[in-house]
Amino acid sequence: MIPVSTASGGFPFPILPAIVIAPAIAAVLLFFLPRGRPGLAKAVGIGASLVTLGLALAMAVRFETGQPGYQFVVSHSWIPAFGVSWKLGVDGISVFLVAVTAVLFPVAIAGPRTGEDPKGYMAWMLLLEAACLGSFLSLDLFLFFLFFELTLPPMYMLIGKWGFENRSYAAIKFFIYTFAGSALMLIAMLALVFIDARSTGVVTFDLIANTTAQHVSSGIGAVLFLGFAAAFAVKIPVFPFHTWLPDAQVEAPTGGSMVLAGVLFNLGTYGLVRFCIELFPRASVDLAPLMLTLGAVGIVYGFLVAVVQTDLKRMIAYTLVADLGVVVVGLFGLTTQGISGGVYQMVNHGVSMAAMFLLIGMVVDRLGTRQLTAMGGLQARTPILAAVFIVVTLSIVGVPGLNGFVGEFVMLLGTFLTHRWWAVAAAVGMVLSALVFLWAYQQVFHGRPTAHAAGVAVADLGWRELAAVAPLVFLIVLLGVYPRPFFERINPSATRVVAHVGQVTGQYPPAVAEGARP
Amino acid sequence: MIHAAPAILLLPLVGFAVLTFSGRRLGDPAAGWLATAAVAGSFVASVLVFAALVGHDSAHRSVEQVYYRWIPVGGFQVNVGVLLDPLSITMALFVTGVSTLIHLYSISYMKADPQFRKFFVYLNLFVFSMLALVLSNNFLFTFLGWEGVGTCSYLLIAFWFDRDTAASAGKKAFIVNRIGDFGFVIALFLIFSRTGTLDYRGVFSHLGGVSGGWATAVALLLLAGAVGKSAQLPLWVWLPDAMEGPTPVSALIHAATMVTAGVFLMTRASPILHLTPVSLTIIAALGAVTALVAATVACAQDDIKRVLAYSTISQLGYMFLGVGATAYGAATFHMVSHAFFKALLFLAAGSVIHALNNEQDMKRMGGLAKVLPVTAGTFAVAWLAISGIPPFCGFWSKDAILGAAYGKSPILWAIGVVTVLLTAYYMTRLMVLTFTGQARWETARPGGSPTPGHSAERPAGETQGGHGDHAGEPHEGPWIMTVPLIVLAGLSVVGGLLDLPFLNLEFLDHWLDPVVGHQTNLAYQSAGLKVGLLLATLVVALSGIALARGLWWRNWRRPELEPALLANNYYADDFYSRVFTSGGGAMSRFLAAAVDNRVIDGTVNGVAALARGGGTVLRRAQTGYVRNYALGIAAGTVVILGFMLSRAGS
Repeated sequence: MIPVSTASGGFPFPILPAIVIAPAIAAVLLFFLPRGRPGLAKAVGIGASLVTLGLALAMAVRFETGQPGYQFVVSHSWIPAFGVSWKLGVDGISVFLVAVTAVLFPVAIAGPRTGEDPKGYMAWMLLLEAACLGSFLSLDLFLFFLFFELTLPPMYMLIGKWGFENRSYAAIKFFIYTFAGSALMLIAMLALVFIDARSTGVVTFDLIANTTAQHVSSGIGAVLFLGFAAAFAVKIPVFPFHTWLPDAQVEAPTGGSMVLAGVLFNLGTYGLVRFCIELFPRASVDLAPLMLTLGAVGIVYGFLVAVVQTDLKRMIAYTLVADLGVVVVGLFGLTTQGISGGVYQMVNHGVSMAAMFLLIGMVVDRLGTRQLTAMGGLQARTPILAAVFIVVTLSIVGVPGLNGFVGEFVMLLGTFLTHRWWAVAAAVGMVLSALVFLWAYQQVFHGRPTAHAAGVAVADLGWRELAAVAPLVFLIVLLGVYPRPFFERINPSATRVVAHVGQVTGQYPPAVAEGARP
Repeated sequence: MIHAAPAILLLPLVGFAVLTFSGRRLGDPAAGWLATAAVAGSFVASVLVFAALVGHDSAHRSVEQVYYRWIPVGGFQVNVGVLLDPLSITMALFVTGVSTLIHLYSISYMKADPQFRKFFVYLNLFVFSMLALVLSNNFLFTFLGWEGVGTCSYLLIAFWFDRDTAASAGKKAFIVNRIGDFGFVIALFLIFSRTGTLDYRGVFSHLGGVSGGWATAVALLLLAGAVGKSAQLPLWVWLPDAMEGPTPVSALIHAATMVTAGVFLMTRASPILHLTPVSLTIIAALGAVTALVAATVACAQDDIKRVLAYSTISQLGYMFLGVGATAYGAATFHMVSHAFFKALLFLAAGSVIHALNNEQDMKRMGGLAKVLPVTAGTFAVAWLAISGIPPFCGFWSKDAILGAAYGKSPILWAIGVVTVLLTAYYMTRLMVLTFTGQARWETARPGGSPTPGHSAERPAGETQGGHGDHAGEPHEGPWIMTVPLIVLAGLSVVGGLLDLPFLNLEFLDHWLDPVVGHQTNLAYQSAGLKVGLLLATLVVALSGIALARGLWWRNWRRPELEPALLANNYYADDFYSRVFTSGGGAMSRFLAAAVDNRVIDGTVNGVAALARGGGTVLRRAQTGYVRNYALGIAAGTVVILGFMLSRAGS
């Protein structure tokens, strides 16, 4: 049984709906704002995302440590005929994903330069934020699906309208790709609800009810698992469902790239834990080798393809396939360390990759090109930008003392306990990621400026830019040096998930050394 | 004063933080002095802790301090903490001691460099990381230091980043090290999965009943990490390139301290090594072969720093040989004495390079003894020490290893002795070419600008700054450059007293005994054998010196003694670049161009094209009605969903 706490946490209003609705209301307001007031639009956008941040942080602070279940749960019947309800809740798996989403949006909104039509841009960004937060907080399958799909139109618009030259192709490709995945998830979701309803006599989209029901046979379970996994594999993206990503990532405006890398991919990896593993434990165990293999292949493949790219954004985009492959390998070890570390790594990766794309945006804005061959020598001209860039680079490469190492080490350790060779294969990524990122850094910052780069006037980071990136760098260090308070909140829920898998399948966690029980 | 232990770690860390955030306010020389003071304070703290440990009786010389819980996940609990015992404090003492001297030296050496402050930021971070590595009470915090020193090494090799060779050398060092670290990480996984902890004490107390296969796997995987960090075969190729960094960095990181981390790790893990004799044999053989191969390459180098770099690899090979022969005391002894004389060699070489306006080619040196008497004198001490001439420290420490090697296998001993011959030879060649004979630098370097295409310490654009005053006759640096030389020379003379092989004077061996256990030391050998081995290596070393003097004295053009095979490091770099850079690059391009673009994306676009043929929706979308399209899809979803839902519910 999954414990559910409906305590308000001392807030005078239900906190979770407030977190979702705050950006949504602001987005609607923005649509009604007069067109000629760009400053006001920006102020509303930044203000609303900061209010959301405040709410999310307050929630995370009040989140009770040591509880495996859902907290701050609110539930209102919505479509009683179909058992659909407006039910929100947060546990250790989602609490920091919500928090990091709320941190990244203000930075993505305020950090990069906004292009034309700031009003529309802000509105779509806030709508996207609401959809992402709603997805993380939904405890109802139908509600989750709605929020999950609602992330598409804003992202589509952000790429299609504010992106680079080839944006239209990229936007459509992104849309069709992810939509195809979602369609499979929808079918699987309906089938699951239908099958459970046949056994229990009650049609319900309630996540907890469906998690505990477990009436699906192992064969059907595997098919439904794959239906859900398809949507998330595209979203993450897992090799070989990744080819929308480089195009989308390259063409997206800086803010869009940050959100894609920092938040949207987390939706996919979060979905793997919350839906694939929790709803279908038996299929997760049976199909773990498939997921582990896709993840591990993606790591090597992503880095190898990245290293020969000549477009800076495209190069880093391919590393996302690899980095997220590591998370998939961590999660499907199906151990406490694997899942706790995987969730922790989602947070880390969100922070570091958002910072990386913010910085890349600064580089590209300054030099007016994404081509690595036209860069070089930037460290002498922008030492502060270079210093921040190297810190973020080292965090992604997994240098201990910074955030990336903690998540990566813990989750691969967890997977090693149950699926030794996949963890070993995934660890090859630590060599390849160093190769890719240091090569990128060298081409941008080392050497002497190329003729093109030398021809542009370049300024170092201004105060506004520093202020935007500083919170992310702070988190990179904090999460690397003092992960304990985070793990203390994530661990109980990760343990709950693993115990659930063990209870349903009767075979997990497998025997490992006494002290090393996962 | 065991309570001084946190200060050892904290002082360099605070120095790093202060310099990072307010280095600009401090200004140039002040930043260097602050960094030096932080490390000197760390040295003082180390001395206090050392004194406290000496006060304990030998069975209780191991104190654990836990500062905070770092990573807690289920059964996996890791702290940030230190294990103060004879091994760690010995390391801390020589690391902080040598670092202090090199910091001091750098204040003058890096004067007028535009990145002066950043240099000390990195240097302090390096010292912190190195201390974390050696003081840690668990494998993971050691790994933090391990990667930290690797990162600093990367940053400092690529310090003069506008030179492509420096930038590439930094990257190469990091990546080659990462290959070894991959092994290290897998070893940690294996250790945890068997013992349920990564604390040194916990791990070593859970070794009862582990299988030999497990121990061998762990030992060899840790060895992979050590081989990367200590530049042993087959991962040695990064260290010669690392000489692109400023010379004090070469002295501190790439000779005295960081590269010895591999030997430290092996010593720390000795309880595991003890369970796997086959690994010990592999370690010993690898060390011996590395010592020999690197020494042959050193014989044919013209760049003074590259000679020293290959020499470092060779000397580290000796230390691995010592570890493999379970002579941990001897290996540590050689590590310390090597730190003294090799740091001295690099600093003195830096003094030469500095005086000659960034010249590194020995063929363009000569006759410098007259103009740089302090440098030449101190260099000579280090030359005798590394060549193995008594009473200098290198003689005693190298013989301790060779004696133990003889006990393990006379073949290993023989390889070691041949290496002694080569070492004495190439060091004498260096000495003769640099300090004696005619001055070749006047003709070679009339102006102040570096010769194009030739390795020069600094980028051309930055030589003028602080070095305009060197246009005339070369001269010694200021006291802050010569004092470290003199101190290190003094240590190279008396360092042997740490561990003399007779009269029960093996202080270091006895000091380390409680940490490593099961170690071989020369006390077990008969006096006759000991003296015989000592005399044999001494004769060999003297022959090497005589040979080099005979061949190179007043005769610096001898291409027949510098075969291309050796000068080019057996073409190892070419081989690696052909296999990995070209081969890997070709595979990457194939994956990117063929697989990703054609196969995977081709499939996707093919499906999309079919869809496009079927409807006009997409075409309209591309002509500007994107918003309608998006909203339409979203609305459509809801409709379809509702429909299916109603069917499902019935």
